[in-house]
Amino acid sequence: MNKQSVMVILCLVAINSTMSPVLGSDPGMLENSGVNFRDKAAIQRGAKWFVNYCLSCHSASYMRYNRLAEDLDLDQDIVLRNLAFADVNIGDTMEIAMRPKDSEAWLGKTPPDLSVISRSRGNDWLFTYLKSFYRDENGGWNNLLLPNPSMPHVFWQLQGIQEPVWSSHDEERVIEHLELTSPGLQSPQEYEQTVRDLVTFLDYLGEPSKLKRKNIGIWVMLFLVVFTLVAYALKVEYWRDVH
Amino acid sequence: MAKPASMLAKRADALMNWIDKRLPVAAFWKATMTGYYAPKNFNFWYYMGSLALLVLVMQIVSGIFLTMFYKPSALEAFASVEYIMRDVNWGWLIRYMHSTGASFFFIIIYLHMFRSLLYGSHRKPRELLWIFGMLIYLALMAEAFTGYVLPWGQMSYWGAQVIINLFGAIPSIGEPLTEWIRGDFSISDATLNRFFALHVIAIPLALLALVMLHLVALRETGSNNPDGIEIKANKDANGLPKDGIPFHPYYTVKDIFGVGIFLLLFAFILFFWPEAGGIFLERDNFIPATPLVTPEHIVPVWYFTPYYAILKAVPDKLMGVILMGASVLILFFLPWLDRSPVKSIRYKGTWYKVLLALFTIAFIRLGMLGMAEGTPSQTIEMRVWTFVYFSFFILLFFLSPKGKTKPVPDRVTRR
Repeated sequence: MNKQSVMVILCLVAINSTMSPVLGSDPGMLENSGVNFRDKAAIQRGAKWFVNYCLSCHSASYMRYNRLAEDLDLDQDIVLRNLAFADVNIGDTMEIAMRPKDSEAWLGKTPPDLSVISRSRGNDWLFTYLKSFYRDENGGWNNLLLPNPSMPHVFWQLQGIQEPVWSSHDEERVIEHLELTSPGLQSPQEYEQTVRDLVTFLDYLGEPSKLKRKNIGIWVMLFLVVFTLVAYALKVEYWRDVH
Repeated sequence: MAKPASMLAKRADALMNWIDKRLPVAAFWKATMTGYYAPKNFNFWYYMGSLALLVLVMQIVSGIFLTMFYKPSALEAFASVEYIMRDVNWGWLIRYMHSTGASFFFIIIYLHMFRSLLYGSHRKPRELLWIFGMLIYLALMAEAFTGYVLPWGQMSYWGAQVIINLFGAIPSIGEPLTEWIRGDFSISDATLNRFFALHVIAIPLALLALVMLHLVALRETGSNNPDGIEIKANKDANGLPKDGIPFHPYYTVKDIFGVGIFLLLFAFILFFWPEAGGIFLERDNFIPATPLVTPEHIVPVWYFTPYYAILKAVPDKLMGVILMGASVLILFFLPWLDRSPVKSIRYKGTWYKVLLALFTIAFIRLGMLGMAEGTPSQTIEMRVWTFVYFSFFILLFFLSPKGKTKPVPDRVTRR
């Protein structure tokens, strides 16, 4: 690469980085989920929460139970006994009994399939969402991140009940923060861990091959480094006689 | 030991002879590779051509494997992509190769085209070479657009809806035209099916034919080089260009090194960051397509956003469509818009460096603004950069004949 090309590229990089950023939406109030996709124990715990709390209304139609067993180092028997309903075969996908038409009639909206929810929403969003439920003035469930959600607070027994603390801003009432008014079965720290485990599972569910992908990627990169060095040496050797 | 080897060599020679009498393999190899002399002063920018060819082959091969599992039906398309990602052996690798390859194709092509702007590679006698290249670029845009619809996510659906509706701005024939393209009153199963046909066979055939013409034209005129001078003007006693070296083996080994560097970048994205932060694979495209819910923020994929920003900069829809079309079509005329006596930026004055820098910033900035939400201040900025974008071509036409130049050397320089 000659000097000119380097200058051109550097100029562009400099100019573009100083201009106001327009990319990416404002992360705003999203909390860092702290998900570690390599933490298999967390995925296993999350799988348990998922099956017990989510899988009655939400399906994960692209995920197979035997894949779960394989990826999480669990026996197929254990998966069938602990993570599946009675009439499920190990090769089945994680379906639910509720039909979309019925759920739409009963709940107003069919609960979305959660197979790739972590890829459309992102881990931080899911993490924050599951921690942001509160009981509003009408006694119903509401959510700070997604106002008036169709979903009730499924984990209220674990988390307890949060209620909003209001403050006035320019004569407009806004929620300052949420306060735990009636404790649940878990302490706030325990509940945060539960949500983190669940989101870790959803992250895995979104792309089960992620771990394999990254592990293989390291070897591919190492091979390519060697390949490129050899290719460079070959080029230098051939180009010796070009003057 | 020597005897069997020479026996084998004799047999191989005999076979080559037999073939050569029936098919001009050796003559073709000599004409296009060992006997084709390329300037010896190629730099970084000259890797892009061979890399574009590599990505084309990768897209075709990975695409063939994807079609073995993908289902072009509105009911099954989204699920079949997830099936590829989960249940097909190495399906995730093939799919990410294809999705990452699409974005890298455009990165490579944009750099390839920028090289022309730097060194005047589109100037006489390479006008047709440039036009074939532009046709390849158009075909590539069509290929990318039809391909983006296939995963049948929300962005596939609504992106296609917005783009196809643009044709509706054409007076009187607009509405029937959009219906003819979609095969329905809105984007539907019929649209998906025909886009699949276009994506996997019609456009790739056109692409391959155009790439062949591009290469034949290149072999006819010979490559330009960073000095923008013709190496054919200086030949030795044997009639070979003094500043030329045989394409094979010199540039084949050099390009292999380029391939190594490229694959390092490619593999890094593919294995560690395939969504590229929502730019290569958009978040909303992981939601199955539904006509009932319109996403808050519909934008095309990044490689279309500079033109999309030009469209959005204009308040009138028809005018916006016309200006957007013009922003692509004007590139066809570059060989005749640049009237400077020298080709390369190295021997053009500061005027050209400033013009090109502004043009490049405008293009990149428009691309960024095209992805943004579209606040009023961003709309104003889009207008400014749209103005800069078109000013480049107009100023180039008027400034280039008189613009300052430096003396051009007789022989290529190496630096």
